[in-house]
Amino acid sequence: MKIRTTRALQCSTALAAAGLLVTACGSSGDGGAGASAGSTSFQGRGPITYVAGKDTSGVVPKVIDRWNRLHPKEKVTFIQLPTDADSQRQQMIQNAETKSDAYTVLSLDVVWTSEFAAHQWIDRLPEKQFPLRTMLKPVVETAKYRGNLYAAPASSDGGLLYYRTDLLKKAGVTRPPATWSEMTADCAKVKKLPEAKGMSCYAGQFQKYEGLTVNFAEAVNSAGGVVTDANGRPHVDTPEAKKGLDFLAGSVKDGTIPKEAVTYQEEDGRQAFQSGKLIFLRNWPYVYALAEKSKAAGKFAVAPLPGLNGPGSSSLGGHNLALSSFAKNKATALDFMKFFSSEDSAGTFLRDASLAPPYTDLYDNASLVKQYPYLPVLKQSILRAVPRPRVVQYGDVTSAIQQETYAALTGSKSSTQALKDLQNDLQHATAQ
Amino acid sequence: MADIKIPPGTAADAPGPTALRPGRHSPPVGLRRQRARATAGSGRMAALLVSPTLLVLSIVVLYPTVMALKESLYGTKGLDPKTGFIRTTEPFVGLRNYGDIFGTGGDRFWNAFWNTTFFTVVTVGLETLIGVAMALIMHKAFRGRALVRAGILVPWAVPTAISALLWRWIFNSNGIANALVGHQILWTTEGFHAKVAVIIAEVWKTAPFIGLLVLAGLQVIPKEVYEAARIDGASALGQFWHITLPLVKPALLVAVLFRCLDALRMFDLPYILVGAQKNSVETLSMLAQNEASNVRFGPASAYAVLLFLYVLLIALAFVRVLGTDLAGDGGAAGKGAGRNRRVRVPALRRAEVTA
Repeated sequence: MKIRTTRALQCSTALAAAGLLVTACGSSGDGGAGASAGSTSFQGRGPITYVAGKDTSGVVPKVIDRWNRLHPKEKVTFIQLPTDADSQRQQMIQNAETKSDAYTVLSLDVVWTSEFAAHQWIDRLPEKQFPLRTMLKPVVETAKYRGNLYAAPASSDGGLLYYRTDLLKKAGVTRPPATWSEMTADCAKVKKLPEAKGMSCYAGQFQKYEGLTVNFAEAVNSAGGVVTDANGRPHVDTPEAKKGLDFLAGSVKDGTIPKEAVTYQEEDGRQAFQSGKLIFLRNWPYVYALAEKSKAAGKFAVAPLPGLNGPGSSSLGGHNLALSSFAKNKATALDFMKFFSSEDSAGTFLRDASLAPPYTDLYDNASLVKQYPYLPVLKQSILRAVPRPRVVQYGDVTSAIQQETYAALTGSKSSTQALKDLQNDLQHATAQ
Repeated sequence: MADIKIPPGTAADAPGPTALRPGRHSPPVGLRRQRARATAGSGRMAALLVSPTLLVLSIVVLYPTVMALKESLYGTKGLDPKTGFIRTTEPFVGLRNYGDIFGTGGDRFWNAFWNTTFFTVVTVGLETLIGVAMALIMHKAFRGRALVRAGILVPWAVPTAISALLWRWIFNSNGIANALVGHQILWTTEGFHAKVAVIIAEVWKTAPFIGLLVLAGLQVIPKEVYEAARIDGASALGQFWHITLPLVKPALLVAVLFRCLDALRMFDLPYILVGAQKNSVETLSMLAQNEASNVRFGPASAYAVLLFLYVLLIALAFVRVLGTDLAGDGGAAGKGAGRNRRVRVPALRRAEVTA
């Protein structure tokens, strides 16, 4: 007792006097934990699990096998969840609600970070142990909640503008459009060609689902507006946001975007583009490889998304690795997360499964660019990208966005009214 | 044979009504023989035999229901603005979740309520018509009957989620449905056409179920009745109206009741075919799922409880109104006893068919 008091006294004196680090004193007790990462201590070694959606590429087991060969005593088991994001999220939440230790490392969609962090379902991570500086900045932002790191960026994704090079060339357009008005002007030129008979100008993902939130956020950001600010407060009842929504709603009205595009998800748009119904398409990089195998092969290229007065901003996709708060063997888990999100692993994921990496260098790698010609454009897209609203109640926020945007697109509400109502709904949702 | 199958149910039921309804002094002739056997000893035996069933039922039915009721009295965990973390406990809010459903969420609730009711009435109505027609076709003796029967049953065998995906392709903007109609209807957007799409897919999938149950009912109608009718010179329509329909009614009613209860709980078909949060097709189950998926278990439970009550109400009303109306001997047999018997008989018949 006496000894402890004295030591504490010594410590505090030392701290006060010399400004020593906590570690210098804390090492005697168990107080060292959390010096670098809030209250979390990463202790325990042994087998763990990695939980992610169904892996269709076959590359995840390959990387896990490599880890297992190197760490025979700390084996990782791959738990595959269903393909669709909603069921993945639901199962992870169930696991957390029951405080089960069945899941260790979670592959989280970038928009779930805030929700999982706020519920304390995942642990805060030591920032210094991950090479965040070598990663694209917007990607790192998706892994943070209130300025603290809660996940390790594993893969990214950004929107690209696919366009028909053959038609643009024939119409005398030499470079892809950088603004919306350039795009519609290019369309007008292309539509005069006999080959463009029956074609529509542009489409994205406008069905009432998560894709609509992505496209709405892109339109607003590309017009200079924001959906939510840095503190998660909504600002959609603004002239900038209105310009963004007007571009979408007005384009559906005047036929720049075909009427049927309000039923499009990623695949519908891809098929329409490939079968020659669209001149421009907003979609993810995964389309590139598939379109190369279709009859559109050799007739298309990609560009950054256009905006109101210049290049636009994409929404960010991708997945981050997070550590379940209720898991065991967290020391192993942390090592595995570092390994799995390393530049080396990211390179493998890019080469074998064309998953966009979070690391800047890989986008400039000559052999990779040869394999995936869209990489430089994707890098531009991600660097200018804005994450979707980083709020705890993301589910409510995205529903509200879908509800009002869809009403504006289908013409049942004016864009002014839709944004006014949306601002209301979002304030209500983020106030909780 | 019936004796071997029925005992637990009969023995449990037989002393029940008499004990609960002391006012009824003269049980009908048909039932007196059954009741005479039910002595005190066999009553205890019956209770013993039924107790495992009751135990299992209370674990799998009663407990979750009570838990849902309790959960519905709790609110949502709030966010602590200082730490940025969600609080760990759910506040007790009493009946506020219910108040919110009818207050702030009123529009959404009533929209979902009317959608659910509309779907139930329309789909079950159409299914009954088509199902009976299917049963009559399956019942006819002709070459290739087995093939037709198998063909008709295929939609019922397809899981709802899969059939929803199937119909989503059909109702795609460039799908077969639009090719047939001749102009582009955007089926999966908001609007009455979305309701139509759900109804078509639902009827396609479940009419065979009614067909199957009605077929079972048809097969127990003795041939002599039709022969007699033919001799009397009854037309085909007359035979259907005066013989087939009344005799097949018990089976048909069970089928319709089952379909009603299923349709009231409709979730996956509109969710996958048209999409989540589409006002035109949102059902009560979808509201509960939506709340639960946003980690608001209290309000989700409140929706679930309301849906449960609605389903229960419809089921009770169904058994009372249609059950009493159905049997010709209703007046003679006494209402309570008649009801019990009527519901059980077709249920057994169905069990035999599916087995």
